[in-house]
This record gives sequence, structure tokens and C-alpha cells, in this order.
Amino acid sequence: MQSANRPLSPFHHYRPQITSVLSFAHRLSGIMLSLGAAIMVLWLAALAGGPESLAMMNWLGGLAGKAFLALWTLAFFYHLNNGVRHLFWDIGKGFKMPTVVRSGWGVVVATLLMWALFWYAMTSSLGAS
Amino acid sequence: MSLRTPLGKALGLGSAKSGAGHWWMQRVSAIALIVLGLWLVISLPFVGGLDYHTAIAWVARPINSVLLMLLLVAMLYHSKLGIQVVIEDYVNGHGLKIFALLLSVFVHAVLMVLGLYSVLRIGTGGMA
Repeated sequence: MQSANRPLSPFHHYRPQITSVLSFAHRLSGIMLSLGAAIMVLWLAALAGGPESLAMMNWLGGLAGKAFLALWTLAFFYHLNNGVRHLFWDIGKGFKMPTVVRSGWGVVVATLLMWALFWYAMTSSLGAS
Repeated sequence: MSLRTPLGKALGLGSAKSGAGHWWMQRVSAIALIVLGLWLVISLPFVGGLDYHTAIAWVARPINSVLLMLLLVAMLYHSKLGIQVVIEDYVNGHGLKIFALLLSVFVHAVLMVLGLYSVLRIGTGGMA
């Protein structure tokens, strides 16, 4: 029998919910953080190489660079907060469905607050220097 | 006493990997990263600038060098474990999967050594 065009996963056919969306976001943010970690290491290497080599990382101050930094820090705060939520599950806490939903929304709110606070602090301190 | 039947053993059924260690190390590195990651994002606004001289002076401070090196190790190890799971989930084809896993391990190792070396160079190099 020819291979029928069956879906391989429910990904495109299941209504998005707080559980599945946050789970996907945790993995996606993790991947983004891995890429960002590579760039962070390259930045440190550029710094160690002297002022001319650090200049190679000047693109971080441009539009693409700022967009990258904004996304990377968002990924960081999200992965941190949802990671803590995961650790509570690991010790067996927070599995009741209403708690899962509430902690999920808590993660979203905490992420946005921390992200905004961080960039407010960064732009104030960099603006003052 | 193993619970595997002889037929199961002959067919190669059952778990093939040491999953428990991976699971635990992911949690250990995660806890370390909560502390180290928060340290970094809280410290950064107080560095006062990311131009060459300010950055060198900040990284070269012993406490910052040490914490940065700990962060690099925990972060790249946690990343290696996480990427391993992603590869195992999405890369089909046995040969391609093994290749991707090896590539990930080597890239993470290179990044870790490069990062540690860079911090040590900055800390001991009198570059400010």
C-alpha cells in the first residue's frame, strides 16, 4: 500500500494550549540560547583579542544585533522561568491542571516583567555612561 | 538479575542509553545556571558600558572571571545535553543522527575551551 499522507504528529492539527505552547517555547528558547551562547563565547574571544578584534562584534550595536539581543534575552528569561516550573514538576509539585495553567501564565508574566526590567536597567546605565 | 528475556536481548530490545545520568545532570546544571544566569543579568546593568576598556576591566576582576568561567561550563554543558535531546528527537537516519550528535559534542567542547581560554587571557593578560 502506498504511504498515505497521514500526519506525523498532532502539531498542526491540535488547538494550541498553554501546555503545548509553553512546552514548544521551552525547547525553542533553549535552541536560541545555545546559539546565543556560541555568540557570547565568540564575543569573549574577540574581547581577549584586543580592541581591533572586539570591533568585529560591533554589529551587535546595529539593528540586527539589537534584535538578536532582544530575542536572546527574552529567550533567557522565558527559559529560566519555565525551567523553574519544570524543576517544581521534577519534585512532584504543581501537576493539578488548574495549577499547571496558572503557573504557565505566571511564567509568561514573570518573563515579560524581567525582560522589560532588564532592558530598562541596561538602557539607563548605558545611556548614562 | 536482569528482567530482559533472552529473546529480548537477542533482538536488542529495551533501553539503549544511560538516560538517568543525563536527566540528573540536566537538573544539576540547570540549578547552577539559575544562580549564575541571574548573577550575569543583574551585574550587566552595573558594568557601566561595554566598550573595550570597561569590558576588559570588568571581566578581569577575579570574582567576575571565576563566575564567568563557571557560567560557561554550566551553560555549555546544559546546552550540550539539551541539543542532544533535540537531535535525538528530530534527526532521523541512524548515521546522520550519530554525525549530528558528534558534531554537537565537539562544537560544545570547542566553545567551552575557547571561552575559558578567553577569560583567562583577559584575567592574566594585563590588557586594560
